[in-house]
Amino acid sequence: MSALFAVTGRELAAYFLSPVAYIFICLFLALAGALTFYLGGFFERGQADLESFFAFHPWLYLLLVPALAMRLWAEERKSGTLELLATLPITTPQAVIGKFLAAWIFTAIALALTFPLWLTVSWLGEPDHGVIATAYLGSWLMAGAYLALGSLASAATRNQVVAFVLAAALSFLFLMSGLEVVQGLLRGWLPGDLASMVAGLSFLTRFEPLSQGALEAADLAYFLLVMIMGLTMTALLVDMKKAG
Amino acid sequence: MAPSLQIEGLGKRFGPFWAVQGVDLTLARGELLGFLGPNGAGKSTTMKMITGYLPPSRGRALVCGADVETQPLAARRAIGYLPEGAPLYGDMTTAALLRFVAKVRGMSGPQRRRRSEWVAEKLGLHAVWYRPLESLSKGFKRRVGLALAILHDPQVLILDEPTDGLDPNQKHEVRSLLRELSADKAIILSTHLLEEVTAVCTRAMVIAEGKLVADATPEALFGAEPPEQVFRRLTLPPERRSAS
Repeated sequence: MSALFAVTGRELAAYFLSPVAYIFICLFLALAGALTFYLGGFFERGQADLESFFAFHPWLYLLLVPALAMRLWAEERKSGTLELLATLPITTPQAVIGKFLAAWIFTAIALALTFPLWLTVSWLGEPDHGVIATAYLGSWLMAGAYLALGSLASAATRNQVVAFVLAAALSFLFLMSGLEVVQGLLRGWLPGDLASMVAGLSFLTRFEPLSQGALEAADLAYFLLVMIMGLTMTALLVDMKKAG
Repeated sequence: MAPSLQIEGLGKRFGPFWAVQGVDLTLARGELLGFLGPNGAGKSTTMKMITGYLPPSRGRALVCGADVETQPLAARRAIGYLPEGAPLYGDMTTAALLRFVAKVRGMSGPQRRRRSEWVAEKLGLHAVWYRPLESLSKGFKRRVGLALAILHDPQVLILDEPTDGLDPNQKHEVRSLLRELSADKAIILSTHLLEEVTAVCTRAMVIAEGKLVADATPEALFGAEPPEQVFRRLTLPPERRSAS
């Protein structure tokens, strides 16, 4: 276990040693704020909640989380440090989880820094704090699911740009399946049950209830499952690529 | 007691090509083996298999009795490895990287500080202790890589070109250190410098086209002949052995 946390610590420090951390946090805060107030109509809605803030998270993550995940494995392979890491007494799953945890903690920090919004609605009205807390939890879980996909994409290549594009494309598939446009198309092709099953695989469909404060075990399990699957496949891919 | 290192029929295939075709070797404490061979002969591939980075296509390697494939963590704990080119995390400082590796290796705080101080002293790293690794000269990078390999006082040391990029003084220091360390360890070092083998090694092994072609003491191997001539005779096919 200490080996796993040593990896987490190293990765987390690496984020803050490079400009990635600061650019990510600034972009995330600026975009989240702008979308909430301009596109989301925070004031026009006249309601003391953060729905207009959380509604954009799936789209924000689509762009930002792959940027966070792209270096996780691609950089190790490119610089040759994978050979250093992989010959230390640590198993591949431990290294995969250790790295993932660092990135996930990082998204928690970025999310936590949006607290002024929570303060603002509390000051303007009387929001349901349980709903907001649930939405934060949901958003963090969703970020984890995006990160697991990003980690998988990063393990597939030694080129970080390719890793970014691959992660964004993969995440887009997961997002899109729940969109009304796609659902309309699917219903024409597939039986209704199957179409709604595809929708059930979408980040959008799964995040929506959470963002409105509905804590459903199935939605939590879904995001955890995506993470477990993404990380398992990452570990397999890291070992496979190493074997040459 | 099990030999420090026992290799039986170790081979590696990349596609249809056998990069290493069946290497046998037993190495005991106190032996310092010089591993020679032209570029691409299979030196690094063999070392990567011994350290558990590459899974062998056939055969097996036992480190202090632990099979590299079935007991990877036990085997890796007993090994110190300097990979080819000494890859390091460029964004970290010397101190931070040593601390990270010590943590992954499960060393306690006092032990970590004592061993770090020892390797810093032995390899002259105090001057670069708080410098980011990417800013170091090639010689210093190599020495930091060596420091990582000997940090946990391993039974077996696998060093891929440890003196490459060092100036003559540093080469001399590293060779003295290796001689000192070899008293209670089994060491393999690969090199292109034939005089290095005659100067420090107790045993010399030559590999060509993936096959062992010689395994003897340096004196017996080179005898009175110029070492380059012996090397050419062993590693070149007859038609390319022009007596230039």
